[in-house]
Amino acid sequence: MKIKTLLGATALATLPLSAGVAFAQDLPACENCADSMVLMSWGGAYQASQVAAYAEPYTALTGVTITWDEGSNEAVAKMRAASEAGNMTFDLVDVEGPDAQRACDEGLAVEVDFDAVLAPGTDGSSPTDDFGASGSIINDCFVPQIVFSTTFGYRTDVAAWNGKTPDNLCAIFDLENFPGMRALEGRPKKNLEWALLCDGVAKDDLYDVLSSDGGVDRALAKLDTIRDSVVWWSAGAETPQLLADGEVVMGSTYNGRLFSAIEEQKQPIAMLWDWQVFDYDGWVIPAGLDEARMNRVMHFLHFATDTQRLADQAKYISYGPARGSSQPLVSTHATLGIEMAPHMPTNPANQKNYLVNNIEWWADNQDEVEAVFQNWLAR
Amino acid sequence: MLTADGVPLRRSLNRALRRQKLRAALLIAPLLVFVLITFLAPIGDMLFRSVENQIVSNTLPRTVAALSDWDPASETPPDETAFRALAHDLVIATELKTHTRLGSRLNYEASGMSSLLRSTGRDVEDFGEDLSAALADLDPVWAEPVTWADLLGDPAWRAEHESWAATGQRSGAPAFQPSATALTALPRTTEIYGAFARITQEVNGRNLMRQDPWHLVAITLIEEIKADPAAAQAFAGEHAARLAAIAGADLPQADFTAAFADSNDRWITPTPWSVIALYAAPYTPGYFLNAIDLGKTPEGIAPRPADEQVYIMLFMRTLWLSLTITALCLLLGYPVAWLLANLPARQANLLMILVLLPFWTSLLVRTSAWKVLLQRQGVINDVLVWIGLIGDDARLVMINNQLGTVIAMTHILLPFMILPLYSVMKTIPPTYMRAAKSLGANDWSAFWRVYFPQSVPGIAAGCILVFILAIGYYITPELMGGARGVFISNRIAYHIGTSLNWGLAAALGTILLIVVLVLYWVYDRFVGVNNVKLG
Repeated sequence: MKIKTLLGATALATLPLSAGVAFAQDLPACENCADSMVLMSWGGAYQASQVAAYAEPYTALTGVTITWDEGSNEAVAKMRAASEAGNMTFDLVDVEGPDAQRACDEGLAVEVDFDAVLAPGTDGSSPTDDFGASGSIINDCFVPQIVFSTTFGYRTDVAAWNGKTPDNLCAIFDLENFPGMRALEGRPKKNLEWALLCDGVAKDDLYDVLSSDGGVDRALAKLDTIRDSVVWWSAGAETPQLLADGEVVMGSTYNGRLFSAIEEQKQPIAMLWDWQVFDYDGWVIPAGLDEARMNRVMHFLHFATDTQRLADQAKYISYGPARGSSQPLVSTHATLGIEMAPHMPTNPANQKNYLVNNIEWWADNQDEVEAVFQNWLAR
Repeated sequence: MLTADGVPLRRSLNRALRRQKLRAALLIAPLLVFVLITFLAPIGDMLFRSVENQIVSNTLPRTVAALSDWDPASETPPDETAFRALAHDLVIATELKTHTRLGSRLNYEASGMSSLLRSTGRDVEDFGEDLSAALADLDPVWAEPVTWADLLGDPAWRAEHESWAATGQRSGAPAFQPSATALTALPRTTEIYGAFARITQEVNGRNLMRQDPWHLVAITLIEEIKADPAAAQAFAGEHAARLAAIAGADLPQADFTAAFADSNDRWITPTPWSVIALYAAPYTPGYFLNAIDLGKTPEGIAPRPADEQVYIMLFMRTLWLSLTITALCLLLGYPVAWLLANLPARQANLLMILVLLPFWTSLLVRTSAWKVLLQRQGVINDVLVWIGLIGDDARLVMINNQLGTVIAMTHILLPFMILPLYSVMKTIPPTYMRAAKSLGANDWSAFWRVYFPQSVPGIAAGCILVFILAIGYYITPELMGGARGVFISNRIAYHIGTSLNWGLAAALGTILLIVVLVLYWVYDRFVGVNNVKLG
């Protein structure tokens, strides 16, 4: 599915005019650059926030045609296929940190020199320091945009709970007090960590336990206790839908999805921030672009990841900007007008207990653990 | 016999026929090319991918050679030669970032290979650091990248490189050329340095004069000089003196076995080595074995560990559910087709529209509609609760399990059963039934002995169509099946899109294709494909 993004009147209306004008002067001209580009992203509300915050302003300034390809959930497979065919059909790919790691490890993505390519922060910090302040620099290929978290939402109107509401993660495994179906992602990552946390493993020991013999089996045994009450999801939009339909009483998904179900659609759902797992999402440049396309991508990246653009994105979706200097600029929601800061995963009240996705451990062990988990799931 | 223009009739006739054949061929050419490109070529590619295994010998050529006379069933790891070969291969592979792909590939065969190769890949460039340091202690010039280029490079190339460097350009450096002296006197060092130079210049785009060579270059140089001190004399001037100094110096020995053991102690067990040795061949039955829950071991082909055995079960589930769906389609479709064929035209047309309407609706829409109907808070459960048949806390689970898959797929595939049945039944003259009855048959035996046998070709066509479509279904089981109601095709999609194990996906796809062909053959034996009528 491809959405061709054309500049519309509404797009200009949502764009803060002053910022647009200011950057029209700052944005250097692009020499020897392609006049169109294909961006791969996730579709849905997230892609819409990218369109509004960077793609449309960029098109307005440069006249470049931007086409979207909603293929990010299989980004690495697509990059590998395109690279094998010798025909890279997209210029910039939006991926999660672990996929960026994988693409970088396999040489499918090119390394980016942060300080040479990206814009310095408005507070004067270098790009490396500015992104580094939020801890979002994962590897040399990945240009971060947002920090998001995977956390749980639960229905606030479950009669069988007799007025109790879950206040910690382990309610997921508590079928006695909180009966009903749960939605979990059909992948091992995060589920195994959560299972071990509720099986009495301390946060600091998680990956030691997972690496040890029988560690993964221990986590799966914990998951076995609720297995018959789990609906496995593969797309982040499924959980809000299942919660809204009452098909599940609690479920994990990305915090931005829950935000739109709760605040925009006014569903009887509440957030359980306990042990949310932080993750980064950002751009990688696929290897194998010619010079003109590469120049265009670099030019776009410079614009789209500057302080104001990343702060703008938070008007449309409750994901935190990956730059330190963008965070003070986060303001109110573009249409609802509510303050966005309390809905950010990085808000101190929301992160009493949290994990950060351990990209290194998962990069090393993904193949093994994923195979074990999928076999467990199929049985 | 001649035609009017004097050409023999036979030749003239042949020419006309040939022209006709050519025209016919040209007419079908677009279709033929289309089929070749979009159907046969991908199937060929799939068959190839399911056995292709060049990644191991391409990534680890020296290790594969070193392991050729090592017994994979051995209780001990191979000797230092193999460790050194692996270090050499891995240094290059990590620079080219191919070791992660190899790790993923070998991990399909033995769990743990991926993390092993990744973690050792991070350490391998430091293997032999102490020897490099010792060399630099002996003479600091060895820490200068230029020393190595001067020693091993062709003088003409060096001059060219100097003039390029003087221009200040960043790209377009002349590629490294070894000198004839270095090639004969220090062949192994030159080879490794050549690999280093190629990767530095072509892959990383760096200036060779500013990059420290791999420790492996230093190690190889020390060994070559120690083994043959006379090699130093082949070089002129300061080079000869420096090399002679190495020959006379007391330098540590390289110990790759210890270095690998330090990085990860699994390397001093035979397991990773036997995996590499067993899967070294450029073509492998490994993916096919994997697809039927088997694996290669040093002792021969053996079943995989119990917790990894899923594929046979998935194939059986796919076949069993497809059979169920086909039977249900026949059971539900037969009376509808009979009605369609026997009702007066007006009602029959209306009924036909009802059959065709869902047929023309998007598959995704119909599947989603079933989701709305079948879920716990869905329409069916709501109605059952409302009329009091079931309690609110005992709602039926009809989705995210095999039942959901069967219900939705039966509905979606029903037109493929009804239409062939209808077209066959339409041709059965109603007079036969009347004749049977007038001869004394009751309703049942008139149907069973006269009507039914004539409708068998329609049943055959419908069943084969529905079954073959069902066996490869993907989207409906994915959305309706949950974890236990998915088909083998969902697993194939998972390996294509998520785990990136394309070889296994290809092997599973090939097996699915073979199963369909075998079933078609069995079907032909019992029913006879000539009996199949689509209209």
